Amino acid sequence: MFESLTNKFNDVFRKMSGRGRISEDNIRESMREVRTALLEADVHYQVVKQFCDDVTQKALGTEVIQSLRPGELMVKIVHDELAALMGPVDTRIYYVSPPPTIIMMAGLQGSGKTTTCAKLANYLIKKGKNPLMVACDLQRPAAVDQLTIVGEQIGAEVFAVPGEKNPVKVARKAVTHAASTGRDVVIIDTAGRLHIDEDMMKQAEDIANAVNPHQIYLVCDSMTGQDAVNSAKEFNERLELDGVILTKFDSDARGGAALSVKAVTGKPIKFMGVGEKLDALEEFHAERMAGRILGMGDMVSLVEKAQEAFDEEEQAEMQAKMAKGKFTLVDFLKQMKQMQKMGPLKSILKLMPGMGANSEMLDMMKGDEFKGMEAIIHSMTPAERDDPSIIEASRRRRIARGSGTEPQDVSGLIKSFTQAAGMMKQMAGMGARERMGFAKQMASGGMGGMGGKVKQRSKRLTKKQRDKKRKGRKRR
Amino acid sequence: MALFKKAFSKLAKGLSRTKSRFVGGLRSMLAGRQIDADLLDDLEATLIQADLGVAAATRICQDLQTAHKEKHIAKGEDVIDFLKTELKKYWPESDRSINFAESGLTVILVAGINGAGKTTSIAKLAWQFHQEGKKVILAACDTFRAAAVEQLSIWADRIGCEIIKSSGGDPAAVVFDACDAAVARKADVLLIDTAGRLHTQDNLMRELTKIRDVVARKIPDAPHEVLLVLDATTGQNAINQAKAFLDAIDVTGIFLAKLDGTAKGGIVVAIRNDVNLPVKFVGLGETYEDVEPFDPETFVEALFA
Repeated sequence: MFESLTNKFNDVFRKMSGRGRISEDNIRESMREVRTALLEADVHYQVVKQFCDDVTQKALGTEVIQSLRPGELMVKIVHDELAALMGPVDTRIYYVSPPPTIIMMAGLQGSGKTTTCAKLANYLIKKGKNPLMVACDLQRPAAVDQLTIVGEQIGAEVFAVPGEKNPVKVARKAVTHAASTGRDVVIIDTAGRLHIDEDMMKQAEDIANAVNPHQIYLVCDSMTGQDAVNSAKEFNERLELDGVILTKFDSDARGGAALSVKAVTGKPIKFMGVGEKLDALEEFHAERMAGRILGMGDMVSLVEKAQEAFDEEEQAEMQAKMAKGKFTLVDFLKQMKQMQKMGPLKSILKLMPGMGANSEMLDMMKGDEFKGMEAIIHSMTPAERDDPSIIEASRRRRIARGSGTEPQDVSGLIKSFTQAAGMMKQMAGMGARERMGFAKQMASGGMGGMGGKVKQRSKRLTKKQRDKKRKGRKRR
Repeated sequence: MALFKKAFSKLAKGLSRTKSRFVGGLRSMLAGRQIDADLLDDLEATLIQADLGVAAATRICQDLQTAHKEKHIAKGEDVIDFLKTELKKYWPESDRSINFAESGLTVILVAGINGAGKTTSIAKLAWQFHQEGKKVILAACDTFRAAAVEQLSIWADRIGCEIIKSSGGDPAAVVFDACDAAVARKADVLLIDTAGRLHTQDNLMRELTKIRDVVARKIPDAPHEVLLVLDATTGQNAINQAKAFLDAIDVTGIFLAKLDGTAKGGIVVAIRNDVNLPVKFVGLGETYEDVEPFDPETFVEALFA
């Protein structure tokens, strides 16, 4: 894996500082880092090449050369270009009149079509629609059963013709059935197929020709590698796609396939599947995707993950304590236990801005740090847990012995606890909106490494501005 | 010999598109050229497009450069042979066969992420063992996904082997019963199908560890083989997958599924580099006959022939 892009950029540019202007060569050199990052994220080779050429051109013409922080500016340019390439996305589904609106799903085997059908149907039900799912995957054993079961789970009707071997006939009958029973959206699940399987691709075309879907979506696994362009291109040529749904996005895949597919087909990514549950379908966010491809962490995912794991009531209680500054090591332990529900510390840290790439530090972690901390806290007396400031050298030695750690581990824990408590007090005083802002600020600040600069909230006015303000007031 | 021929032709057929793009491109790219920076760049591009990843591709190119400096190879045409030898080194013969129990029951645990092709791959393995005259029992431990048990049951019917399933929701309980049943019925092979899970979902990975632990407790030295099913179209994320599954259940080998498309499955080179996992089987189609033992000779030949 690679280290933080920004750090690498800064290294490249630092070599030049003090030697006058930053040259074209420096920019090209930094683009090598971008190239590696994109390739590691599985963006297709040709797409990477084109993209890097474009961005180099753009960067050469801009203020990067004069900038005091060329590294950060480069990352920003790359990030914005990526986001611009993938967005803006119109995720609206345009319904036709008279109904039903017909949506067809296609894709390779195992990309997640059946699950996505159910997720989409569920999404539509929440929007007040009345969808019908159609089982046209007659290939894979028990695929029809699977659709029927998920249909029951979300309360959507599933149309299947037992014994029928021809998916084209099923699709045709389904549309008639939908029209006569007042269903306004028809979602057709098809069999997974290889883009080079001529018979199966012909079958997909036949289904499309028979029912003329208003939207055809390609379901694409976000972990797909360089081959994503080959399959997407072929599907697009045969079926004229309207959009792409990216699945298994809740993994740690960096999802370069998204960019590749967009670049070769020109078709937007509309939705992404973000979990095993049937409500785990989200509209696509180009910004988030861009950050993720570059390995800049995904603060939003982190916040979401936290919300899933934390008990709301306990959370409120904890917050009250934090606000009063009465946050003790016992609470710290509780908090950590909840964090453990989110997965090993390593995987959580990966989501933090600037950390995802910081592999050296992550490699050092064994994944059982929580256990050590727990042992240390359990080896303290209640009084020590209430007020760790009473712990001096002798107590520290005792605690270390009791928990099988070293005295410096004990002081390390106390130090990070004190820091955390301070930060929590600050966070607890904010409202929900402010907290999101804080998180965002951390995210953007984190682009320059963990301890990135935090923007000042209020700016001191210059004397001239103060005068102007005063004058304005007088006139009124 | 006949069997080998069949294996070769099937793999070659599956890889034929790969071959024409990869080798056609590679041959014409290399013909009559000097080994210089341009050629190395082009070669690197080709390897990256086969999903080998930046690190593995760079490493191979560096090796090539060294070989050139030391005068082992002289011109562009030599590169293909060099690549063949290099890549074959990745898979020594010792670790490509299934590790069967010395006597009695062999337990094979199969895992992978959602949609990798676990159930189909299990059907393929079951069929192969069945053909060899072994008594095979399947354990349907994917109790999560809708109709997964039905899917495996249909395969069991088609192949003509037994299947252990339960109406309950706990996969560890199913595995418990399956181990008992396999011993009682004197089966030769017990194949355990598990639910697809993303390697980042810690609780699900722990569930997998538990399944493994149950097997280990019930049957000495089991599981004898732990296979990770990997979709050949997967990109660099496969390395993370391999690492996570290795941590959770001590994977012993890879079943590379869906190699009949245009994807090259080059990621197995990177996986060998990073976590040293061998590839044991390849899947080349949708029926249970479409399975071959992984043979690097054939694999690389088919890529570069």
